[in-house]
Amino acid sequence: MAFDVGQRVRVAEREHAGHHRTPGYVKGKRGVVVRPHGAFRNPETRAYGGDGLPERRLYLVALEQDDLWPAYPGPPEDRLYVDVFEHWLVEDS
Amino acid sequence: MERPAHDRGGRPTDEPIDRTEHELADWQLLTDALVGALIRRGAMNVDELRHGIESMPPEDYERASYYERWLFSVETTLTEKGILAPGELNEAAARGV
Repeated sequence: MAFDVGQRVRVAEREHAGHHRTPGYVKGKRGVVVRPHGAFRNPETRAYGGDGLPERRLYLVALEQDDLWPAYPGPPEDRLYVDVFEHWLVEDS
Repeated sequence: MERPAHDRGGRPTDEPIDRTEHELADWQLLTDALVGALIRRGAMNVDELRHGIESMPPEDYERASYYERWLFSVETTLTEKGILAPGELNEAAARGV
């Protein structure tokens, strides 16, 4: 699904045994969509000889550092920017 | 689910980060060039390279250096695809090719 710039999202927390590009430490974390990168072939099937189609939208997402790390010592406005595919993002109300 | 060996982001450690620049050895440069050529020729893609690295036994993954992991993946990926015969690289190395 498509997301808008500024939309609040959460990174899906599901398990996925195969190759995927969503790092474990961001799963389940909340953030905001910063920028769409366009659509790309899906690494989760390309890694196994597939064609990676349909293409999936990729987004730059900003996560709050103090949501990622316990007792984060920096300023509360600090963000971590990470690229996440659309099928690893869910709407966050 | 326990995170696999390659999924390292955010793991706590007391080890200092080595920020020094280091020269690459010839075999490392050749490995980089080899993978670039294989990808441009369509023999494999970067997702297969990563998947091959992630399928390493954890103890081998931890012991291997960055480009050793690439070489492991190239051999397993090309063998799975039938481009290399099983053991072909070992035999070639034994012959000194």
